[in-house]
Amino acid sequence: MENNLLEVHRLKKYYPITGGLLGRTIGHVKAVDDVSFSIQKGETFGLVGESGSGKSTTGRTILRLLEKTEGEVRFQGIDVHALNRQELRALRPRMQYIFQDPYSSLNPRVRIGEALGEALLDHGLLPQAEVRERVLEVMALCGLATYHVDRYPHEFSGGQRQRIGIARAIMMNPDFIVADEPVSALDVSIQAQIINLFAELQEQRKLTYLFISHDLSVVEHLCTRIGVMYLGSLLELAPRDELFLEPLHPYTKALLSSVPLPIPKKKRERIVLQGDMPSPANPPTGCKFHTRCPYVKDICRQEVPAFREVSTDRFVACHLV
Amino acid sequence: MNALVEIQNLSTYFKSEQGVVKAVDALDLRVHEGETVCIVGESGCGKSAAAMSLMGLIPEAVGSIVSGEIWFAGRDLRKVSKEEMRKLRGNELAMIFQEPMSSLNPVLTIGEQIMEPIMEHQGVSKKAAQARAVELIELVGIPRAKEIAKSYPHELSGGMLQRIMIAIAISCNPRLLIADEPTTALDVTIQAQILDLLLKIKEESQTAILFITHDLGVVAEMADHVVVMYAGKVVEVSPVVELFEEPKHPYTQGLLRSKPVLNQRKAKLYSIPGQVPNPTTLGESCYFLDRCDQCLDICRVKQPPLRDGGDGRKVACWLYEEEITRGK
Ligand SMILES: Nc1ncnc2c1ncn2[C@@H]1O[C@H](COP(=O)(O)OP(=O)(O)OP(=O)(O)O)[C@@H](O)[C@H]1O
Ligand code: SF4
Ligand code: SF4
Ligand SMILES: [Mg+2]
Repeated sequence: MENNLLEVHRLKKYYPITGGLLGRTIGHVKAVDDVSFSIQKGETFGLVGESGSGKSTTGRTILRLLEKTEGEVRFQGIDVHALNRQELRALRPRMQYIFQDPYSSLNPRVRIGEALGEALLDHGLLPQAEVRERVLEVMALCGLATYHVDRYPHEFSGGQRQRIGIARAIMMNPDFIVADEPVSALDVSIQAQIINLFAELQEQRKLTYLFISHDLSVVEHLCTRIGVMYLGSLLELAPRDELFLEPLHPYTKALLSSVPLPIPKKKRERIVLQGDMPSPANPPTGCKFHTRCPYVKDICRQEVPAFREVSTDRFVACHLV
Repeated sequence: MNALVEIQNLSTYFKSEQGVVKAVDALDLRVHEGETVCIVGESGCGKSAAAMSLMGLIPEAVGSIVSGEIWFAGRDLRKVSKEEMRKLRGNELAMIFQEPMSSLNPVLTIGEQIMEPIMEHQGVSKKAAQARAVELIELVGIPRAKEIAKSYPHELSGGMLQRIMIAIAISCNPRLLIADEPTTALDVTIQAQILDLLLKIKEESQTAILFITHDLGVVAEMADHVVVMYAGKVVEVSPVVELFEEPKHPYTQGLLRSKPVLNQRKAKLYSIPGQVPNPTTLGESCYFLDRCDQCLDICRVKQPPLRDGGDGRKVACWLYEEEITRGK
């Protein structure tokens, strides 16, 4: 489609499991297992799912921070995994990654101002003389005061560190940002500030986001379309209002009904799933959700339900839908 | 009715490089039999320090209780001997934590770890304890209990380990169960299972629960009474329904407004400006002053005391001074 900034087609990322004395490959963790979706210019695509469902691996493989196993990622029409090192390097500034804990990606001995300017210089995006000015400008944009520029990472609170992580991505003037659980480690009052910052920056800079989170309330607030992942696969994909008001997949329904609402004594029908998510090294046959699905039928154990479009822009993988 | 737990004017201070941190600052708290009280607040507000003080588990090297009384079932816990306190823990008082792995021994089987406190506190035989362990594993909803009893912690998922912690905690029928962020590290579908289990335990055995969390959704689901903490202080105490319907303290109001709520999407989220104050440089003013959008002159010079509104609600904020004084 014209408007698609990003197209992910049948993407797979398998990690080898080694074993025995010789360290031979004895199997694979199918962290991303045949995932397809597209993201339009200017939208915020949400990726939700439980821990280990493959959200981060998807995000990283899209930006080619990880090499794919199979499939294709097209960014503005460019086949990202077909680029050579130089071409990839040239593309990097346009696609940025924001971590859950930016602290782990900051050098504790480098002042923030320098750390923020580093990548600009590295990519030769700006002459040395103009770097500091740009750093200060972006810091202000991200709600960091000027006097912070000469401080070290440990001198910042969790919320401020996340502002630094965002500033570092914005600095490169990207078109696309993958934000991986950027507010998950933050307290509610700070979380709201950062969520608003994401929204403001998007408007000002015409950004497109892939927003990864396990928090459905945050995703509903921020995202325009959402994909629900389970054991490396997308089970449902829909525009926000459709997904939250009328979820179709049994897993999506259970997930939504599990979120505790800040409304005491409210009677809700809650679907409590039994058991844990199985290991992605050894996923169930047929429908991957069948071991926990309250509606499981014989066919579900044998046949993989196709991920198909059930109405305009709504995709579901379930035999019963 | 006498409370099972009655904490009065409790202060616990920690030493830090920057100075003294008043982790818990003149805390008052009550838990009645069969009641669930939630302490809610942001990281570093003193929730865990309050629970650890109650359990007598503040490590001497890092801090200590500097004042106050902790009454539990008619005894002042600050006056009982170390030995007596040790007996109380895991017997009348039990606790579960956010990271079950850190409280379990990796080289002992699950069964052995459940049996240990049973044999110690109830003086039953090994065989009886073994049977009881299997029973408890079933009770917390884990299938194939006999097999699980023989497994080691690393073989179980986070959700299962938390169930095991709950099994250990309830093994001696405690009168008070303290749960410190027990579902924070878990996925929502697993969190739902654990919350259901705790509600079931409460219903069946009338165990009082002191539940610590930062998640207002979890509070709404679990609490009878809520204690809101900010920077080491209790700023509001209220029955759960009233708190959510009509929060009084500006901080509580802000917290509730800044949380995105499923199916109640707004164009823009409210956010409390600024951040939690540095705990080593707190002065005489209201600790929430810098972030409050309703502050008065008096807030700058004097800290508001926690005042009882007489309607089961307490609030520490000058905005309510007149209303409360008039009501008396
Ligand atoms: N480097 C690696 N080597 C082997 N397996 C890995 C590696 N990284 C991730 N995995 C596995 O791939 C699966 C998907 O992991 P991933 O981190 O993408 O999930 P996630 O949805 O981001 O989870 P979380 O919510 O916990 O961040 C998991 O089973 C994980 O253990
Ligand atoms: S395909 Fe079957 S098991 Fe899978 S979600 Fe649908 S009903 Fe449940
Ligand atoms: S005492 Fe004053 S500053 Fe503190 S919360 Fe109340 S109104 Fe705000
Ligand atoms: Mg992840």
